[in-house]
Amino acid sequence: MTQAQLQETANTPALNEEPGIRKWQDYFGFNTDHKVIGIQYLVTTFIFYCMGGVMADLVRTELRTPETDFVTPEVYNSLFTLHATIMIFLWIVPAGAGFANYLIPLMIGAKDMAFPRLNAVAFWMIPPAGILLISSLVVGDAPDAGWTSYPPLSLVTGQVGEGIWIMSVLLLGTSSILGAINFLVTLLKMRIPGMGFNQMPLFCWAMFATSALTLVSTPVLAAGLILLSFDLIAGTTFFNPTGGGDPVVYQHMFWFYSHPAVYIMILPFFGAISEVIPVHSRKPVFGYKAIAYSSLAISFLGLIVWAHHMFTSGIPGWLRMFFMITTMIIAVPTGIKIFSWLATMWGGKIRLTTAMLFAMGFVGTFVIGGISGVMLAAVPFDIHVHDTYFVVAHLHYVLFGGSVLGIYSAIYHWFPKMTGRMINEFWGKVHFTLTIVGLNMAFLPMHKLGMMGMNRRVAQYDPKFTTLNEICTYGAYILAISTFPFIINAIWSWMYGPKAGNNPWDALTLEWMTTSPPAIENFDKLPVLATGPYDYGLEKAKEDVPLDDPNPVLSGGPNSVLRAEPDPKVAANPEDRK
Amino acid sequence: MKIPSSIWTLLIGILLTLVSLWYGQNHGLLPTAATDEADLVDGLFNTMMVVSTGIFLLVEGILIYSAFKYRRRPGDNSDGPPVEGNIPLEILWTAIPAIIVIGISVYSFDVYNEMGGFNPHAVHEAPIMQQSMKMPGAAIAATLNDTPPSTEPNLNQQKSDEAMQDPATAAVRNADQIPQKRNAPGVGIVAPTIGPVPGKEGKPPAMVVNVTGMQYAFIFTYPETGVTSGELHVPIGREVQLNMSANDVIHAFWVPEFRLKQDIIPGRQSEIRFTPKKEGDYDLICAELCGPYHGAMRTQVIVEKQEAFDNWVQEQLVASAETLNQAVAVNTEDISPDKFLAPYTKDMGIQPEILHQIHH
Ligand code: HEM
Ligand SMILES: [Cu+2]
Ligand SMILES: [Cu+2]
Repeated sequence: MTQAQLQETANTPALNEEPGIRKWQDYFGFNTDHKVIGIQYLVTTFIFYCMGGVMADLVRTELRTPETDFVTPEVYNSLFTLHATIMIFLWIVPAGAGFANYLIPLMIGAKDMAFPRLNAVAFWMIPPAGILLISSLVVGDAPDAGWTSYPPLSLVTGQVGEGIWIMSVLLLGTSSILGAINFLVTLLKMRIPGMGFNQMPLFCWAMFATSALTLVSTPVLAAGLILLSFDLIAGTTFFNPTGGGDPVVYQHMFWFYSHPAVYIMILPFFGAISEVIPVHSRKPVFGYKAIAYSSLAISFLGLIVWAHHMFTSGIPGWLRMFFMITTMIIAVPTGIKIFSWLATMWGGKIRLTTAMLFAMGFVGTFVIGGISGVMLAAVPFDIHVHDTYFVVAHLHYVLFGGSVLGIYSAIYHWFPKMTGRMINEFWGKVHFTLTIVGLNMAFLPMHKLGMMGMNRRVAQYDPKFTTLNEICTYGAYILAISTFPFIINAIWSWMYGPKAGNNPWDALTLEWMTTSPPAIENFDKLPVLATGPYDYGLEKAKEDVPLDDPNPVLSGGPNSVLRAEPDPKVAANPEDRK
Repeated sequence: MKIPSSIWTLLIGILLTLVSLWYGQNHGLLPTAATDEADLVDGLFNTMMVVSTGIFLLVEGILIYSAFKYRRRPGDNSDGPPVEGNIPLEILWTAIPAIIVIGISVYSFDVYNEMGGFNPHAVHEAPIMQQSMKMPGAAIAATLNDTPPSTEPNLNQQKSDEAMQDPATAAVRNADQIPQKRNAPGVGIVAPTIGPVPGKEGKPPAMVVNVTGMQYAFIFTYPETGVTSGELHVPIGREVQLNMSANDVIHAFWVPEFRLKQDIIPGRQSEIRFTPKKEGDYDLICAELCGPYHGAMRTQVIVEKQEAFDNWVQEQLVASAETLNQAVAVNTEDISPDKFLAPYTKDMGIQPEILHQIHH
């Protein structure tokens, strides 16, 4: 289809006369507006995050003491299995899709996604899958073989719970495949004329790389899970050694998806903070192409590193060395990104807004996860720490210190666009401080625990580890508390916050060139690119996009047509606000 | 006097290097090293720790410095300088990490080789690629029929038969339930692992112990003496080979002080070789989730002088026979874990408190 045709399809109202949002009830129904769907994704996944968080704190409460005195070992195993499954499949992965839904069409000047109905279908698979998964707790036979669900263990524990787990993950996988197709087509076909790939905002690049990766790897997980369900239900022995099957084959299939999945979980937020940092540092992003292409490199390399999860499970020496080297190489494009972000900040005029603080927190904590990742890639060291708390520490530095901080940064940054109102900065900073303190308290000591000999997924441990575990547990409680200022702040500001105006941060990407919140088809007219996405500090950008002018002359530049009145009461810099 | 910034950079660089070097040696993050292999791994880890500390301090330093130095002053609404890139700088920070990771890879490769990682002695007997390439549809197809489509000897079966020579092993291994039928499909090799160290290839290990992992216990049998035990006793300074197999689900053999870990996968033989060098009692921990009582699946490895070991063997010769009878008589499926574990606990060094927590 040509772009014009696609734009046309996107324009045709699907189910409702008006696909967009008119009243708050619209968020609860089948709606094909990408902005509504984006927010549906974000709010739904956040609710699941809270549930996963409660489970994490139950897990940590059990681990406060060496004995199993809080829940039974069976329940304990279900708790961490559900915790991990929810966090990965119902929070981080779909939250990335939520931002992509909201932002991609706005950033490339399209009216909607390429396939608005497919988009809604992809979203509406998530709530049932999540409810299904959590219902297994009520059925009393929750899955308890870990989120990796390795056979033969997963075949000999509860059948019902395991079946539910497979069903639910299959649904979520399908949803993310549908989403990925939509993002790819939208990015390829619906950019406004004049926006080549190299004029695209970096978030779009990141989603491009992510979606390609999703499309290649998710079907393999689905295949693995379907075979596993045959073993479970029909008594085949693909993975069951009693019939001659091989459990290691499952591990290959599982990790062929699940390693790329960690990039599916982090790349979108690499993209998001590549947007946040230049805006709040008031400098062009340093090394645009390096950041953009390194996303592609990560996505390609991400496909050939999976066996580093299997260094101890019985793969030959040469294969271990191959996967060690590919894994190590991923550190290079990741390093390029980190240094480019630092260079973007260097010499800038950094506005320490909450969004920026979270972005800086992202860089500072993610780097710890990245470093421990390189250590884990070194086969001899991985043999020592595999399946220990060192790994738990590593993955939380990446997924919490990376993805979750990235999500928060993105929420604070785009909140004014999504809701039309500013979010309170003071409570944002309280939220940030509690999160950073809790995060490091909860996860830093785990490195030492793992190296000294505490294995993961255990409900009871050697009493010599008690002190460190207590610190972790209190850290986890602080993390739980840290979400309250955020939730209250977000709800209150959404209802009563000061009006934001269209472009409170003086940003240059297209989504800020329309009203906040954007109208139903995003732009009044087809926008025309006046500047690159990050031309901060350039005279040209100042002329074409009159950022400082409270009453922009509507003919000032190609983009200015789209700019409605900013609210003079809301200054870009919170400190300057009266 | 104003100190030029290049001198500052130099000074900071030196300081950073010194701090990294110091912390890399003094982190205190690892337990005692009790095998030759452990020393090698620690050397690698310390090196990585030096590099990591440097990178960590650099990144956090720049972040915190920028947050203070380049903070927007209230009222200043101008933009920063429009610097978009700097090719030499970008090449530099691509090249440096690349060199670092290549260096770490080479070092790891060397350590892995020194540990015997490339020497599971079966490698040359089971050509890796040939066999799997001959199989169309490889891995999955291989699980469908019972005999591998290959004329190569089935090494898993051979290993398993060997282990079964020892009647004590045969009694604890559920041989007919989980047949050691095939080589690892797709990669065509006996579950490979840490083998003999270079220089000892082809030589038999000084001592062989057969290990069986089952839901929530490790059972060790000593083919030479017929001893069966829930604890692993090994004499100091002799190379030991463990031949491991699992009766039910995947378990993993891990002794933190040895820095060694190997999954024990049902349907396969796993082996691991090491040379204990330091006397002591160490925890042997199951590192792969194997069920609700996974956390209780732990026992002791006792590294002792040869005489002490010989004494222990003598003591065991009588006792092991009794334990064994109990072990084969039960079916793990039907009884609760605490009942099942009861006969082993004394032997295996499971604390009564832990057992007490195992209830339904
Ligand atoms: C709210 C703060 C969180 C706390 C306190 C927490 C705590 C924990 C703990 C203690 C474990 C280890 C369970 C065990 O080995 O027995 C764990 C496992 C895990 N967590 Fe979290 N977590 C948190 C957030 C997250 C987030 C945001 C993610 C994002 C994806 C995540 C993903 C995982 C995964 C994948 C595992 C591995 C589970 C397994 O071994 O099967 N967690 N978490
Ligand atoms: Cu086990
Ligand atoms: Cu276990």
